[in-house]
Amino acid sequence: MAVKQEYNKARNNGKAVNFEKAANSNAFKKLLEDRKKFILPLTIFFLIFYFLLPILTSYTTFLNTPAIGDISWVWIFAISQFLMTWILCTIYVKKANTFDEQAEHIVEEIRKGGDIK
Amino acid sequence: MSPIVIILFIAIVILTLVITYFAAKRTQTTGDFYTAGGGLTGVQNGVAIAGDYLSAASFLGIAGAIALFGFDGFFYSIGFLIAYLVVLFLVAEPLRNLGKYTLADMINSRFDAKKVRGAAALSTITIVTFYMIAQLVGAGALIQLLFGLDYWLAVLIVGVMMTIYVLFGGMIATSWVQIVKAVLLMVGMIIMSFLVLLKFDFNIAQMFHDVKSATVHGADYLKPGLQYTQPLGTLSLMLALVLGTAGLPHILMRFFTVKDAKTARSSVITATWVIGVFYVLTLFLGFGAAAFVGYDSIIAANSGGNMAAPLLAQVLGGDILFAFISAVAFATILAVVAGLVLSGASAFAHDLYGEIIKKGKATEKEQMYAARYASLGVSVLAIVLALFAQYLNVAFLVSLAFCIAASANLPVILYTIYWKRFNTAGAVTAMLTGLFSALILVSISPSVFSPIEGAALFVGEPIFPFSNPAIISVPLGFLGGYFGTILSKETDIKRFAEVSVKAHTGFKEEA
Repeated sequence: MAVKQEYNKARNNGKAVNFEKAANSNAFKKLLEDRKKFILPLTIFFLIFYFLLPILTSYTTFLNTPAIGDISWVWIFAISQFLMTWILCTIYVKKANTFDEQAEHIVEEIRKGGDIK
Repeated sequence: MSPIVIILFIAIVILTLVITYFAAKRTQTTGDFYTAGGGLTGVQNGVAIAGDYLSAASFLGIAGAIALFGFDGFFYSIGFLIAYLVVLFLVAEPLRNLGKYTLADMINSRFDAKKVRGAAALSTITIVTFYMIAQLVGAGALIQLLFGLDYWLAVLIVGVMMTIYVLFGGMIATSWVQIVKAVLLMVGMIIMSFLVLLKFDFNIAQMFHDVKSATVHGADYLKPGLQYTQPLGTLSLMLALVLGTAGLPHILMRFFTVKDAKTARSSVITATWVIGVFYVLTLFLGFGAAAFVGYDSIIAANSGGNMAAPLLAQVLGGDILFAFISAVAFATILAVVAGLVLSGASAFAHDLYGEIIKKGKATEKEQMYAARYASLGVSVLAIVLALFAQYLNVAFLVSLAFCIAASANLPVILYTIYWKRFNTAGAVTAMLTGLFSALILVSISPSVFSPIEGAALFVGEPIFPFSNPAIISVPLGFLGGYFGTILSKETDIKRFAEVSVKAHTGFKEEA
């Protein structure tokens, strides 16, 4: 299979890449750790925030109380889901730039074949 | 049909054919055909994702659902948007770093196993088939309503158009048709929302006040619970919506049309803004239709509410706006079905033929032929199925497609990227458990069995209570992958090291 061939070629291409060494390097472990520390809490947060809406509308009625005139809290909550999505996107892009720098450093080191700091 | 409708209709056909002509000249390799050579910019791809994603179901269906059921119609808008956070945070960048043309490529960056590729191709083909039948049947019914053409003729027109785009222009034509459609759709949405707001003197509180007395539901119109009365059923639907997008093959394929993970990221950001604005505006269309078209007129035109947006256009802007919105709906259908044909064809031609039958040794010419024959085959099959499905109630097929994507594809995608121990047995069991549990549960659900004649495919009591089984089938998909993995001794830590490094850094071997 094509993928298999590429895979073997990568290893036999004169300068074989030691992915295990790269995966166990401190720089790569730190990248994974940083990504996880950032993404996991936000993912849990947005899933809870999202499911809270159908849970509250299905099992309670207090969101039906008016907030602004005839606009009840359920609409405010629904629109806040949109705002949350855009805010989290913006935060992610900012943060991802630092991940890119870390990743670039690791890629450079793999290409040089040296130890990854 | 009024002359303006015909002129706009023909204008869209000509515009998309011109796009296809130029795209065909640039489609030289298999890479061009499947992924536009990976040469799209983030903004282009982001708009194309929006064009691929915002189907007629979104445009006409959600506007109609909000017009008829108020808040409950808006649930879809929220789920369909927040799904992009799952795509952005967990899937898009690693997927771009690992894959080539298809979802199976990405999963097989870890496995090189025919059975894994076969299972991924099977789930892709299943999802695409259901999604496509729903789109084509919807398209046929819609064009029948808008232009007064016969159903079979409508399906044939859409079918022939999508075949031409994909067959000759591949992903380049498909992408640009999607971009043009997304722009037209947003222009239409913004004009209509502006006119609706104008009628309420830009007073949103006034709009909420007026719709309270506009429908048969009275003040309940603004409260949740008019359409979704089973709490767990609602949660199940919301689960399928939020997790399904990250497993839809035609959406995932779009991430291979950009050069790297960073561009994949910026595509999601663009897509999220466009799609988010679109879904906010569905609210104005729905409320506008409820207030100015009226509940009875909407129901009279189409019991599902699908005509709410075009009827609103008629009220707000007369024949010209009605013609424009109808043409936009037509373009919307074309762009979505083209994307579906392409992802179905890639599963047949690249995964099943190229990689499994020819073991990855097909020549460039053979691959290109296979891709084009598969596109033709998928199109013809879809058209034939749609012609037979005219009288079936197929509305549930789209949510079933989301459910299979969430249950069969998403668990494997996440395990492939993030779980060290994951193996081939786990990948196959996850996909098959997710796929078949979703299919079986739907086949015994209220979507298929209803005690009321004509409401579903068969008359009878449903055994499973919810229309959308995601709440059961998604956990089953994840559990299937987990047990399949731990019950098999096989594990390849070295290979995971490679996949993990590549997924998170974008490292690629230089040829």
